[in-house]
Amino acid sequence: MTTPTRKTMPRTGAKGRAAHDVGGLDFGPIDRHEHDLALWEKRVDAMLILLVGKKKGAFAIDAMRRAIEDYGQQEYDRTTYYEKWARAIRNLVVEQEILTRAEIEARMQEVRDKHLKAGRKVSKAGVPW
Amino acid sequence: MTITAKPPKPRFKTGDTVHIGDRKAVGHCRTPWYLRGKTGVVASIQGTYHDPERLAYHKPGLPSQVLYKVRFLQSEIWPKYKGPATDHLEADIYEYWLEPATEERRP
Repeated sequence: MTTPTRKTMPRTGAKGRAAHDVGGLDFGPIDRHEHDLALWEKRVDAMLILLVGKKKGAFAIDAMRRAIEDYGQQEYDRTTYYEKWARAIRNLVVEQEILTRAEIEARMQEVRDKHLKAGRKVSKAGVPW
Repeated sequence: MTITAKPPKPRFKTGDTVHIGDRKAVGHCRTPWYLRGKTGVVASIQGTYHDPERLAYHKPGLPSQVLYKVRFLQSEIWPKYKGPATDHLEADIYEYWLEPATEERRP
């Protein structure tokens, strides 16, 4: 399993482009290696399908795209595909008043504490909102 | 994004030469930067869909928009394109991004 390298590329001569709108710019060669999905990535995928599905209808897939496109260039380039999804889902469930920011942060703290207690390594880095 | 029961009448037909609006995107935008200001030909009408640029902000996506498949010559899009002159690219473009092409803009 290989992880694609992340790089931030300046969008030179690209006035009026959003960070994601990079068609035609030179980003160097594409990493075409296959890589397996981690369990959390599969879970994020499932979460999105459930949230946009008819039954829940929390938001449209277009809102998801917009939430991802709203990242600054630096954040956009340095996050992986499912990291972008996870962050967008989190922001959209707050936007749609399904969960509050406080509820999400409290739950993350609970999960962190649980893993710390079990002696596992826990990242201190929070994901910016 | 769902197909509406009563689709609006398309403004353009297959074969029409169209110009893509040369304007800045305001918020969520489905027309890539590299196609704005370019000229192409309507290859087909894809259907009518709730407007993704409004759905992106939790709006109902109305009025619905006709979606076109527009064909561009690669040489029209990329000034330094070195491939065969007949090479082309097709992109899905919503009606509000299309303008009738004036004579002098025809490729």
